[in-house]
Order: sequence, then structure tokens, then C-alpha cells
Amino acid sequence: MSYDGWILLTASLVGLSCGLVGALLILRRMAMMADAISHTVLLGIVVAYLVTRELSGAHMLIGAAAAGLLTAVLVQGLHARGVRQEASIGIVFTTLFAIGVILIATKVGNAHLDVQHALMGEITFIPWETTPVPGLGEIPEAVLVLLAVLAFVTALIVALYKEWKITSFDPALAAALGIPVAFLHYLFMTMISVTAVAAFDAVGAIMVIAMLITPASAAYLWTDRLSVMLPLSGLFGVASAFAGYGIAWLLDTSISGSMAFATGLLFLASFLLSPRHGLAARRLRGRTAVGRAER
Amino acid sequence: MIGLSHNALWVLVSMLMLGTAAGLVGCFAYWKRHSLMSDALAHAALPGVVAGYALLGFKSLPVMLLGAAASALVGALAVSWIRSSSRVKEDAAMGIILSVFFGLGIMLLAIVNRLPGGGQSGLDSFIFGQAAAMVRQDMRLMTAAAAIVLLVVLVSFKEWKLHLFDPAFARGLGLSGRLMDAAYLTLLVVVIVIGIQAVGVILMAALLIIPAVSARYWTNAFGTMLALSALFGGGAGVAGAYVSTLESGWPTGPFIVIAAAGIFLVSFLFGLRKGLLLKAMQRREQMRRLRTRAIRSDKLTEGEALP
Repeated sequence: MSYDGWILLTASLVGLSCGLVGALLILRRMAMMADAISHTVLLGIVVAYLVTRELSGAHMLIGAAAAGLLTAVLVQGLHARGVRQEASIGIVFTTLFAIGVILIATKVGNAHLDVQHALMGEITFIPWETTPVPGLGEIPEAVLVLLAVLAFVTALIVALYKEWKITSFDPALAAALGIPVAFLHYLFMTMISVTAVAAFDAVGAIMVIAMLITPASAAYLWTDRLSVMLPLSGLFGVASAFAGYGIAWLLDTSISGSMAFATGLLFLASFLLSPRHGLAARRLRGRTAVGRAER
Repeated sequence: MIGLSHNALWVLVSMLMLGTAAGLVGCFAYWKRHSLMSDALAHAALPGVVAGYALLGFKSLPVMLLGAAASALVGALAVSWIRSSSRVKEDAAMGIILSVFFGLGIMLLAIVNRLPGGGQSGLDSFIFGQAAAMVRQDMRLMTAAAAIVLLVVLVSFKEWKLHLFDPAFARGLGLSGRLMDAAYLTLLVVVIVIGIQAVGVILMAALLIIPAVSARYWTNAFGTMLALSALFGGGAGVAGAYVSTLESGWPTGPFIVIAAAGIFLVSFLFGLRKGLLLKAMQRREQMRRLRTRAIRSDKLTEGEALP
């Protein structure tokens, strides 16, 4: 496959897996938790690097998943002891992120890890970091990791579809039915962390947040059915990846920044034009309702 | 302050002022439940900073700060517009604005860095903050702005208290809610904008969130909370800035956040109003009282009145 093809494939995989997880994230009202986790995975990656002294995919995934869980546990712990939810998110993620940045600045040097790279991603290098796969030839490492994560996320969503649905829309009913709500919460946090780190390694923290929250919010404006919202959100993620790549090519600028920007354009279009919950449709409905009332 | 250069002294003074101002405004944000809004606004300021640079073609702090304020305000309006006219919730709206604006900022930054001379613009320091990269004039501007914020808060303390804790009564007295909201948003944006060069857009929120939450552990009085939060913010600012000047190239923001987190941990454990230690002691006391009562009731005989 060509160079551009690999980049588009990587970004589409990010869009797809983030879109799927993001749909549940929006419905569970945990958007800012994703912001927090995609920042704190940096600490997990740095610690994994300091312990093993190598930048391999598996170590990083484990470190990042641990950091994500730690974030979730700390936020929950502070909240249970009387700190407001949003304040505890703010305290935990800024502190863990600051520790990560300081470790990079003091211990790691700029040798292999640097913060700018982590935040903005270097998707342009992905097609060159390949591993041989029997039967398929040279495949970029990031693509393999993202494929594995996508399979993991999709399998979990499909296998526990009914449970996700009930715990997202009516946690009290779920608890009454004996569904392990707390376990599912932490499982979901693990899913976010794993998705965030796989994508983070490829495209940087900011694009992860954009891909997790924005396409799912856009999809939320188009449909009232979870079974439609999930694939639609994934599709929007892929569409933003392509649009963002186009913008970056036109303006010759940062690819991951443009993709984050493209998710915003897609959301804006949905916000204005969606037939069900869009601004234009609302105005129109409002006017006809007023007209009918006047008649 | 022996052994500090004149410049480093200026850095410490300006960080003291910034921390104090952020501590005060952070209390307002705390009671408005806007802790994460400050995070979204700080990220949303990035495209404005870069655009301010790109328009002039050279680095001028006032213009960049104006750009930052403009784009942070646009971000704030967009969040409230999305929340009020669609079914997307506020937290998702903040996440959208935060990431999309930051993405736009990164796009612009990549374009500017490609321009001749753009690579040395020092714009990258806005992401993590680099107090050492500031020149004397920048620090004067920052200090003056922080002093104005301080003055505004002190002069209108009574109005803020009313507006935050009993908005209906405040309106009854003729205090416009919209005016106070606008004033609050202006203060918030000013603090964020002057802080981002020193602390960075990513960690600016910490300076607004952590001192206020820490102060809450020591008092139930709003005035005392403001004073403590200002003290904590100023202390964290000075401590973090001091550590970051020890070695060249160390970012300022993360060290300030660590100092603030230390203050929070102490308050959380030992705070005199709702700290963990205090709560544990109260629980023990209560258990002891319950136990003595339970033993007495064991000895009740038939027909005896309950105590």
C-alpha cells in the first residue's frame, strides 16, 4: 500500500475505535473523563519506559491501561470523600500529567520520548515503522496495534451490548437487576485507556480527545437508537480522518491537528443541519408550531 | 532571596501575583461548578495566541494575549450555545471545544513554524509554559493585569458573595445576573490568558481548580476561603517557579501543579473543616458514644423508662 494509504488506514482505525467507545462515553456522561485519561496515559507511557527502558507497544499498552485505571480510581476515591466530581477530575489529571511531564524533562531527556510528540502525534512516521507479517508483507506496527484494539473494543461492546445499554441509560435499574455496575464502570475505563493509548501513540493526545468526544456527539444528534449511534459514530470518525487528511494536504500543516479540526466541522454541520435535533430543524419546527397555534 | 538574579526575582513576583489572582477567581469557578470550564477555555486560547503572532509576523505579547482572550471567549460562547440549543450535555460540549480549538491551534502553529523565522518564535512555550522565556516587559504586563483582577475582586466582594450564593436575592436587590456573569467570564478569561505563557494552556486549569478546592477544607466562610485560596495559589506559583529556574529548560507549569497538589494533599488529610483526619476522629467519637449508650440499654429491666 502507498504511504498515504497507510496514514489514512491508521487514522481511520483510530476514528473507528474511538467512535465506538465514544458513543458509550457520551451516553454515560463521562466526556471529561476521556479528557483526563487521554492526558494521564502520558504518565503510564513514561513510567513503562523508565522501568523497561524500551519503547515497545505491549509495555506501553500495559502502562497506559494502568495509568487510566489509576485515574479512574483516584477520581472516584476523591469524589467518594466529598470532592466534587468535576473538581476531582481537574485535580487528578493535571497532577498526574504534570508528574509525567516532569519525569520526561528530568529523567528521560529528549532521547526517545518527547511531550510535543505525545500531544500532537507524528502520524507521518507511522508508515516507516513496520514489522513483517507472514503472508502480508511489511505492515506498520501502529496498524497492527490498532487492529487488535479495535477487535478488543468491538468484541466487548457486542458481547456485553445489553449490559452497556442498561447501565448507560438507567444505572439504578441495572443495579437492581444485579448487573455489576461498578465492574462495568472500571471495565469501560480500561477500554477508554487502551483505546486512548493505541491511538495516542499513533496520533497524539489531542486528536484522541477530539475523536472520542466529537464524532459521538455528532452521531447523538442524528439518532435516538444506540444500535444506529454506535456505527454512525464510528463512520463519522473515519470521515473526519479523511477530511482532516485532505485539509492537512491542502494547507500543508499538522495532520493530527487538522483531523481534530475536521471532527469539529462535522459536528458543526450536524449541529446545524441534523433533521432530528439540528438547529435548523428546531427553528423550522418552532415556526410551524407557532404558525399552527396562530391559525 | 540570595543567589537569585534580578530576572528570577521578577519571575517569582509575577508568579506570586498570578497565583493569587488565579486562587481568587478559582473560588468563583468552584462555586459556579465551572472547574473544567477553565480547562476548556485555556485550551481554546491557543489558536488566538498563534493567530495574534501570525497577524503581526513578530512576537508581541499584548497582541497575542488579545488574540488568546478573543478565542477563549469564542470558545466559552460556543460551549454555552451548544449546551442551550442542542441536546449535547455541557461536559461533551466542553470536550468538543477543547479538542477542536486546540487542534486548530496546532494546525496554525505548524503553518507559522514553517514561515521564515517562525521556528524561533517561542510559541511552543505556550503549551507547557516557560516562565524563563518571559522578558521583563511581559512580566510587568502580567503583574499589572493580576493586580487589576485582585482589585476588582476585593472592591466587589459583597456583590460576588450575593451573586454566587443567593442569585435570586441578588437580582431582587437590583444586581444584574447577566452583568455579574459577564464580569465573571471576563475575570476568568483574563486570568487564563495572562497565565498561559507562564503555566501553559494544558495545566492552567490546575492553578484555578486546586487552590480553591484546598481552601474549602479549612473554612466554611467565603471570605476566608478567598484569602486562603489566594495564599495557596500564590505559594504554589512561587514554589513552582523557583524550582523550575534551578535548571534551564525545565517547564514551569508542571512544577507549579505539583506544588499545588502537595497543598491539596495536606488540606485533604488534615483540613480543619472536612479533612479526612478530622472526619475519622469524629467517627471514632461517635462510635464511642454509641457504644456506651448500647451498654446502658443492655441493662434495662422490664418496666424501666428508656433514657
